Amino acid sequence: MKSDRTKYLVLGNSTAAIGAVEAIRALDRATPIVLVSKEPRHVYSRPLISYLLAGEIDEERMYYRPRDFYERNRVEARLGVEAVGVDARARVVRTADGAELAFEKLLVATGGRPFVPKIEGLSYTSWDDARVVRTEGVFTFTSWDDAAAIAAHLEEHHPARAVVVGGGLIGIKAAEALCARGLRVTIVELAERLLPLALDRRASELAARACADAGVELVCGATVKALRSQGGRVSGAQLADGRVLPCEIVVLAVGVVPDLRLVEGSGIRTERGIVIDDRCRTSVEGVFAAGDVAQGRDSLSGESRPIPIFPHAYRQGAVAGTNMAGGEARLESAFAMNSVEVFGLPTVSLGLAAAEGDGYEVLVRLDEQARAYKRIVLRDGRIVGALFVGDIDRAGIFAGLMRHGVDVSAARELLLADQFGLLTLPAEYRKHVVEGEGVEV
Amino acid sequence: MRNWLVQPEFTVERDPERCVQCQVCVRQCANDVHEYDAEDDLVSSESSRCVGCHRCATLCPTGALSIRRARLEFRPNANWTPSAIRNIYRQAEGGGVLLTSMGTDQPYPSYFDRLLLDAAQVTNPSIDPLREPMELVTSLGRKPDRLELDSSAGAPRAKTELPPQLELRMPIMFSAMSYGSISLNASLALARAARESGVYANTGEGGLHKAIHPYAGNMIVQVASGRFGVDAEYLDRAAAVEIKIGQGAKPGIGGHLPGEKVSPEISETRMIPEGTDALSPAPHHDIYSIEDLRQLIFAIKEATCYAKPVSVKIAAVHNVAAIASGCVRAGADIVAIDGFRGGTGAAPTMIRDHVGIPIELAIAAVDDRLREEGIRHMASVVAAGGIRSSADVVKAIALGADAVYIGTAALVAMGCHVCQKCYTGKCNWGIATQDPLLTKRLNPDVATRRLVNLLRGWGHEIKEMLGGMGINAIESLRGNRERLRAVGMSDGELQILGVKPAGVGA
Amino acid sequence: MKRIFAREEYCLGCRLCEINCLVKRSRSKRLIKALRRERHALVPGVRVEEAGRVSFALQCRHCDDAPCIEACIAGAMRRDPGTGAVLCDEARCVGCWSCIMVCPAGAVLRGKARKVASKCDLCAGEATPPCVEGCPNEALTYEER
Repeated sequence: MKSDRTKYLVLGNSTAAIGAVEAIRALDRATPIVLVSKEPRHVYSRPLISYLLAGEIDEERMYYRPRDFYERNRVEARLGVEAVGVDARARVVRTADGAELAFEKLLVATGGRPFVPKIEGLSYTSWDDARVVRTEGVFTFTSWDDAAAIAAHLEEHHPARAVVVGGGLIGIKAAEALCARGLRVTIVELAERLLPLALDRRASELAARACADAGVELVCGATVKALRSQGGRVSGAQLADGRVLPCEIVVLAVGVVPDLRLVEGSGIRTERGIVIDDRCRTSVEGVFAAGDVAQGRDSLSGESRPIPIFPHAYRQGAVAGTNMAGGEARLESAFAMNSVEVFGLPTVSLGLAAAEGDGYEVLVRLDEQARAYKRIVLRDGRIVGALFVGDIDRAGIFAGLMRHGVDVSAARELLLADQFGLLTLPAEYRKHVVEGEGVEV
Repeated sequence: MRNWLVQPEFTVERDPERCVQCQVCVRQCANDVHEYDAEDDLVSSESSRCVGCHRCATLCPTGALSIRRARLEFRPNANWTPSAIRNIYRQAEGGGVLLTSMGTDQPYPSYFDRLLLDAAQVTNPSIDPLREPMELVTSLGRKPDRLELDSSAGAPRAKTELPPQLELRMPIMFSAMSYGSISLNASLALARAARESGVYANTGEGGLHKAIHPYAGNMIVQVASGRFGVDAEYLDRAAAVEIKIGQGAKPGIGGHLPGEKVSPEISETRMIPEGTDALSPAPHHDIYSIEDLRQLIFAIKEATCYAKPVSVKIAAVHNVAAIASGCVRAGADIVAIDGFRGGTGAAPTMIRDHVGIPIELAIAAVDDRLREEGIRHMASVVAAGGIRSSADVVKAIALGADAVYIGTAALVAMGCHVCQKCYTGKCNWGIATQDPLLTKRLNPDVATRRLVNLLRGWGHEIKEMLGGMGINAIESLRGNRERLRAVGMSDGELQILGVKPAGVGA
Repeated sequence: MKRIFAREEYCLGCRLCEINCLVKRSRSKRLIKALRRERHALVPGVRVEEAGRVSFALQCRHCDDAPCIEACIAGAMRRDPGTGAVLCDEARCVGCWSCIMVCPAGAVLRGKARKVASKCDLCAGEATPPCVEGCPNEALTYEER
């Protein structure tokens, strides 16, 4: 059953999709936008699920935009409808209920799916190489449904001990939430240290101390090889070295990968994610991609890779939307950036924060007692990485300098100083920030 | 080594109920009077360093500060005043010449304050300045000996060519205050306010900074004994040129800007090497007689193609009438007379307080003398030195001046609190300093606005006083002693001023 | 839209702007009481940066293309359609500090009383913000540019 050809078809209902909707509406107020989303919920913020689980926020605060968002923006939101395939030549999207949606411009912003490792004793259903967990008491942690399922499990079974597999961002957040709910938590991380991608060794140490202070056990350099269960429910996690961690709930937080099932066989080029150029265009004309499903260029490392970072998702969506509506926009800079409090210890990581070696100049300042740490990485006099632990004030100034590739060699000594700020930077740059039209992420 | 003789002059009182330790006073005092102790969370004040400039008290958001005269009271002594005693303490400890700034603070009797203006009543109606036109416009410059009119083509037109004139919207100008003694922001504000108010400002002996070039059409440039900043362009840009022979605050001696204050900008403007002392010698070393003065006046006139009035500024001393007459005969188009109350950036205290004569007497004497000699029309006379209000302006004009220069009044309008410490270069109000931390405190936009407001207010007041007298043009007041009466003056004073005692009719 | 601009050539570094902002944000709205009792709980929206002899007051620029709005995971950073100001809805803010991470002016601060982002909100509708009004040297202006 074919519908009329939609001018703007958006697949996905998270920040990238919203970015696109808002950008389209800035240029085109009238033409309807059709938005298709597998999840039946009004648009919500995925990163907030840990706050929800922890009981820090209520459901109302989960929503990323007001309840009248779709109406006010003339978006025909088809929630609870799963897109299952794209036919690039015919320019249609097929949905699970058998319908075909014809489009002029398409945005694929379907995000990622949790990476579920192969673990003995873990039962799951799989669709191609995706795995959906089926063992009771074992959960992934990327969607509201996951948080709701965990909450329901806590309500019903009152588990005392939890094992969180993965010491990255999702793992830390899951651990915090479970801790807040009164469980004893153990984090199992494959790398030698916590948050191996966002932090350097010293910062990981400070983060580890914060974990310990919160009563959370940290096992690094380890993997969960098998799960023990009793009566269909998980009862323990066995590590590669043989140790068994008894637990009544396991959260798998190993990582997120772009969900490419939708575009398989569509002719849209993919590598790790859907490959996009700096205008968020895919290899098929009129088809755009944005957010966690996309793969763009990291402007600092030069690599082509997915950058699953919230602000980037929005920006990519906005760039895609502008270009879809006939405007002209480009992605100007993109690099990893994370702001996460590890059990109360604030950390901000920007770009190649842990880089070292040839070509990199590293400046550090550590105050052990105050648990404050700053690390700046320079390359050719420009900042390419910045890491802040404890004192994160004004970290954004560095993000701005990195975005614009500002040469800071003259201010080198002052970069780590207490009074570092716009005043220690060249007046021209300061004027641009203070008086200019605003800066793109 | 502690100074055992010289005691603090002021006491800083801080109301603990109102002080909230916001530390604005700590940040704003250039003399480090206030200090914040983080351990005790308390701001305290070292009164011995206070100069009484009121910066802290003015900016304090809760009004917690007050500045009082120091409580160390001497036994009352009309002869050995605290001031006399302290001066000796200072010299005993430090040796050297006592320095001070601004105009004399000694209690010499004021003549302005003993002169009263007339008002029209019954026999001679007053004029309402809100309804009738009032002419305050003043022309400064030489007036022709005779005026020939040509009535051949209808309404009469002047055939005689007028010598160059400065036209002022009102008879008030900003006195000579050099860039160097005051900050650039202050100089700029004076220039801008002169432009906006349709009057003129005098550069003083500091040269003309390039930031002021756009306003040069409202500037009178000074050629002083040090000839700082004087070159052909300097003379060309200006509206008029003034040769400074003397200054009311320090007649007979020269000026001195210490090398520390000669920054790159001052060096460029004054055209002297950076860091060298800027010394203005006492006499111009090329003017040793009235003939020399005439030579310089005409050299300048030649250099400026006779297109601009040339002014000569002299201090009011005993022989001021004869000197003024000589200047006029030497070719000066304007003679500016600076009375002993005139201000200065720095001068020896003894000279400031004890040399020179009051401007009121000087103007009367000069006006009489020039009229007697039949040469009053050959030059305009400008009075300076302690003009504090529009009433002083009106009285000065009635005594014989064409216009007045205001110096201290302009500084006060910009925020000066007359603490007399300009010579330290630490003016907390950003006026008499070159320290960039302090000069930014004077926002030229704000200062210009204040100066323009001052002139506007005085202009209105002058119109009110004129109208009250039944006069509608400032010209009718010039030298019109009949509109003045004196109180509490001796016969001799009355005679010099040419003014009748109050109570005596026409 | 009107924004606050600082002229560093006239900033005295006196920080009266910070004080006026604190008073505006206080409960008591009275200078002495607010600074005595509420200082520990208040964060001013404007902060004076100082380096040697130069200083200037810095506050949120309310950028047309605000990175904080894009970075905010809770949708708490929003633009006021009337004034054009960027406002943080403290009821929705979860204190993740993503805004601090991206603000190129470093103008967002961590709240003291509650764990929320704190920044200038252009005094929501007030004719002239108190920081501008109270600057003794008129170094702050509130204008369209």
